[in-house]
Amino acid sequence: MSADPVPLPPSPDGQAASATPIAAEGLATTTDPDALEQPILEVRDLHVHFRPRRGRGPVARAVDGVDLAVRQGEIVALAGESGCGKTTLARTILGLERPTSGAVLYRGRPIGRGTAALKPYRREVQLVLQDPTGALNPRQSVYESVAEGLRIHGVKGDEEALVEHALARSGLRPPRRFFLAYPHELSGGQRQRVVIAGALALEPSMLVADEPVSSLDASVRGEILALLLGLVRDLGLTILVVTHDLGLAWNVADRLAVMYLGRIVEQGPTEQVLAAPMHPYTRALLSVVPEATHREPQVLAGEPPDPTRVPVGCRFHPRCPALAGGEAARAGVDGRCRGEAMPVLRGLGEHHAACFLTDESVKKEASDRLGR
Amino acid sequence: MTVTLLDVRDLEVTYRSRAGDVPAVRGVSLQLDPGQTLGLAGESGCGKSTMAAAILRLLPPDTRTSGSVLLDGEDVLTMRPGRLRAVRWTEAAIVFQGAMHALNPVRRVGVQIAEAIHLHDKLTDEAVDARVGELLEQVGLPARRAASYPHELSGGQRQRVMIAMALACSPRLLIADEPTTALDVMVQAQVLDLLAELRRELGLALLLITHDLSVLASTCERIAVMYAGRVVEEGPAAAVFDEPAHPYTRALSEAFPTIGDRASRKAPHGLGGDPPDPRELPSGCEFHPRCPVAVPICPTTDVQLWPAGPDRRAACVHVRDREPEPSAP
Amino acid sequence: MAQTSAPPAKDAELTGPAPSPRAIVRARRRRAAARAWAEYRRNRVGMVGLAILIVFIALAVLAPVLVPSSALDVTQATGVPFSPPSAEYPFGTDESGRSVLALTVWGSRVSLLVGFLATVISVLIGSVVGIVAGHFGRWTDSVLMRVTDWFLVIPFLPLAIVLATVLGPSLANIAFVIGITSWPGTARIVRAQALAVTARPYIERARALGAGDWHLITRHILPNVVPLIFANTVLIVAIAILSETTLAFLGLGDPLRVSWGSMLDAAFSHGAASIGAWWYLVPPGLAILLVVLAFTMCGQALEAVLNPRLRGR
Repeated sequence: MSADPVPLPPSPDGQAASATPIAAEGLATTTDPDALEQPILEVRDLHVHFRPRRGRGPVARAVDGVDLAVRQGEIVALAGESGCGKTTLARTILGLERPTSGAVLYRGRPIGRGTAALKPYRREVQLVLQDPTGALNPRQSVYESVAEGLRIHGVKGDEEALVEHALARSGLRPPRRFFLAYPHELSGGQRQRVVIAGALALEPSMLVADEPVSSLDASVRGEILALLLGLVRDLGLTILVVTHDLGLAWNVADRLAVMYLGRIVEQGPTEQVLAAPMHPYTRALLSVVPEATHREPQVLAGEPPDPTRVPVGCRFHPRCPALAGGEAARAGVDGRCRGEAMPVLRGLGEHHAACFLTDESVKKEASDRLGR
Repeated sequence: MTVTLLDVRDLEVTYRSRAGDVPAVRGVSLQLDPGQTLGLAGESGCGKSTMAAAILRLLPPDTRTSGSVLLDGEDVLTMRPGRLRAVRWTEAAIVFQGAMHALNPVRRVGVQIAEAIHLHDKLTDEAVDARVGELLEQVGLPARRAASYPHELSGGQRQRVMIAMALACSPRLLIADEPTTALDVMVQAQVLDLLAELRRELGLALLLITHDLSVLASTCERIAVMYAGRVVEEGPAAAVFDEPAHPYTRALSEAFPTIGDRASRKAPHGLGGDPPDPRELPSGCEFHPRCPVAVPICPTTDVQLWPAGPDRRAACVHVRDREPEPSAP
Repeated sequence: MAQTSAPPAKDAELTGPAPSPRAIVRARRRRAAARAWAEYRRNRVGMVGLAILIVFIALAVLAPVLVPSSALDVTQATGVPFSPPSAEYPFGTDESGRSVLALTVWGSRVSLLVGFLATVISVLIGSVVGIVAGHFGRWTDSVLMRVTDWFLVIPFLPLAIVLATVLGPSLANIAFVIGITSWPGTARIVRAQALAVTARPYIERARALGAGDWHLITRHILPNVVPLIFANTVLIVAIAILSETTLAFLGLGDPLRVSWGSMLDAAFSHGAASIGAWWYLVPPGLAILLVVLAFTMCGQALEAVLNPRLRGR
């Protein structure tokens, strides 16, 4: 990894000028420690839009401007509710979806397009799906499911030994006894381990896990999460976890990025984001999570709007408790909330949020007005 | 004097299958007073959904049941079919697991809600429409949504429709089987708020079934934890959640960590093994193979619910052998 | 790490040196096939159908042994034309004095051969179109489905007549004509299944592993689609045989070969009906009926075996 001393605000690479991805002014960047290492995965100003079938009708802006950077050996959680675009983002990172604009960079180079170009990338970055039952072909034995990746890439060597090794790594012991099993003979937790083994067989550098434990029993959750932590510790893997469960982020993630309607609205080290959330959406989410009972619950009305009708200005403003409750007006930013387009949040760096209220210069202005 | 609304005594439910008998519920007793909330916690295979179905005798025909389920004093299990049909939905109603898929996709939701009403009351069409509108408003949906098809509604909205359907005949007891499991946390909060509001307005008693102990802790007055077809712990919600007496309850509560608690930061807690197969239950205490504090007598002791504090019981030998506390912890 | 419970070991497989996983899979497939056969055996309708088919196929294969081909030669016919069934000619004679029994036995060869050939063509085209359309979707699917609809909508008989006239009467051509007019049915069924399978999460997982379309089709979609094709094929054969009969009856078949359809054609054009020579019409007619019925019965039984939900409980 080259020591690149240039601070990180990513260059748009010839994209339209309107998408200048600099974070809110006033936040210090020069002493950013993250700038010293090149991240293993970078997402730059990514947009993934879906056109409706018939060609007419509104475009669904599933991912609408995302910058994200993941460093080697860290676990990043991408959290949000359904429809926020986190799954689309994960799938685009894996090359399963084509970006409308923007880039996904792995070790500094853009990932290709098309199955052939993506093949070498796919050995390095693997997927762990949400539903382990659906993720395994019911007609294939565990051995075949795990060996599938090896066969696709034509990996040389003793296939049996590689499969055995991968199964052992995922905690299925003794591995040989699982060779002959079929998915329906295993429990949910075991199936998820088989899926993980299938990913590990290729010895990837990074895993993208989409809701890895949400369809498993509560008591089994911890084991699978411990497995993931173990993989990072022992193999130096990097993991991007997509989840709606903030508790999961608390359990395993180094950094947390919260998504709303296609954008990352808050980002930073997990403890900071969850202990002192800056964005009103994150604050509301945390307040209603049953496991965080020390907050006054702020139950937001309605549901997130659909990605075909993204609000003007700050996309959260129609449901924002800070705007509705007058806090924004008091800080003098309510006009901006309603009308000004929010710039794309920086993908790395210390804790920050895409909210006009947290803009340092605004705070300064507000405090000046109060005549302090 | 309040008569106990729901009194389940020694309920046993066994399914018959080609591979033999499957004992899903093995001697469960519960009580629920009018207006009270009881949470039933457990994972797949513990028998909680079977319990829910058993209360309204909605189990498949070749199931063997024993014990009694007294709904307002009458035993549901021995009622005559006519009386049972009259009681279903008017005394107690269920919101099923996976409710979103329980709606008929080719009929409008208003019609489906009305179906429940038609089965029990002879009302004019206008009266039925009015009632449907009233129910929808009660669950937080505009009355005009009665004309929508299920696919036009979001997950949270469909769940509300299911609740409206359950309330159609003004039952006194609502059984909700995993009502928020597939929903986002914000929508989950909305649905739970709704249930709390309905309790207040209608004096409903609520039996809430889920595997997420923290949801129960914040919505219910009492919690009962089920494992392998039996209740292994029960007591006041806060006490059970904050200081679990049974190791399984402890594992369940640790599975969903408290955000902000340093002890669970980068340290996920889980149990080895899997929930037991009802056909091959371990001997003695069924939890012993997975229990972090199992001792040699566990596989051979016939565990029962022993007192574990004020108004609390737990089925664990450690609880039985502990010195009784002089005052509440 | 975790104390996970291993699945119950199948003792039969663990005797002797540890067999390779591939051998295990093969053994498992064999057992699954045996189970399917046992299930099929329980279906009485299917067994009857199978029995009938075996008889007819045996007849077709053994025809040269059972009946000398000279019996078909008009110049060697020694019977009295249109004579009713007798000891010498159990099914009577045709307009040239040939034994109707001999004709029926030999006719089975053409009918069944053309039937099978046409089915192979039809199922091949239909399966390929179905899989490609279902798997690739979008633009490819639209185009292929419009082509399928086109073939579906065109009335079979006029098209068959035109093609047969243009291509000339020969067994291969007839088989070809039937094949290319009957594939849409298979295509639609296969497409539906391919669509369903392509949407499943394990396909996405395979893609994420780096699989290309060829791997996905051969390793995942095909195994899921083959049972369906199999059941459908059996029904297509029945249709193909009927179609051959129709074309031969209309005089479009190979004039040098005897088939049940050509027998019916000859019977009608030589006025068998007005004479009352029922023995000329009944054997071929009954044979067609029995064979088509037998295939249909087998097809239904196969569907029941492959789709457990259809089995009578």
